[in-house]
Amino acid sequence: MAEHYSSFTKGGRLWLWQRITAAFLVVVLAFHFFLLHFVYHADEVTFAMSQGRMETLSYYSLMILFLVTATFHGVNGVYNALVNQGLTGTKRQAVKWTLVAASVVLLVQGVRTANAWAGFTTFF
Amino acid sequence: MSQSYNRGLIEDFGRWREFSAGMWAWIFHKFTGWVLVGYLFTHIAVLSTAIPASSQDAAVLAANEDIYTTTIVALESLLVVRILEVGLLAVAVFHILNGLRLLFVDLGIGLESQDKSFYASLILTGAITVASVPTFIAGAF
Repeated sequence: MAEHYSSFTKGGRLWLWQRITAAFLVVVLAFHFFLLHFVYHADEVTFAMSQGRMETLSYYSLMILFLVTATFHGVNGVYNALVNQGLTGTKRQAVKWTLVAASVVLLVQGVRTANAWAGFTTFF
Repeated sequence: MSQSYNRGLIEDFGRWREFSAGMWAWIFHKFTGWVLVGYLFTHIAVLSTAIPASSQDAAVLAANEDIYTTTIVALESLLVVRILEVGLLAVAVFHILNGLRLLFVDLGIGLESQDKSFYASLILTGAITVASVPTFIAGAF
């Protein structure tokens, strides 16, 4: 039997979260594509239809969780790719905090958008 | 003691002729990941038109003439957008299938056949993408 092999350091929490979010996203991304391209077609999209879905609390919660997990998985993936390319020191810190800032902007804007459909506050 | 593979630096893309199946899988996973995260930011930016749309008149919304609906309809009327969406599907399906392969390998399952599962991911991605083309292109002409 082959030994366990992974290129990532064992024990890291980000490593584990990258995989937990991956397992979630595999299912939800497939669902998202199926619902919005095969059940509803892309050229039939209307504000009212999107609003109808997002006003359902279970759908709204799923989409918020989708936003959070996709943002973490994507941005952490970019960070890992850059570290693997040899990013170190001050540059690594600068990239890290730029990615954190970009994630915050994406999350805020994503929640505002979901809220606009659900009838919640869009804050500003 | 765990065994490791020393195949040299994968980041040295100039060595691409020497790359094995697993190394190609790694490169494709990174590439599709970059595309997907880039798309995520673009996607939220486009969907953000729902924010101004939500404060438009009820009559405008009922007539589907709000800024969100008209933006999406205008984008979907462009053939290039439909083709890019097929590309996005291919990228997403490969990332999902290869991601499942990686999750299994990380759990210690299927390392011996990791090259075969990479080829299976590629073939299945191609099949799903081709089968989805009619749905993605419908209404574009």
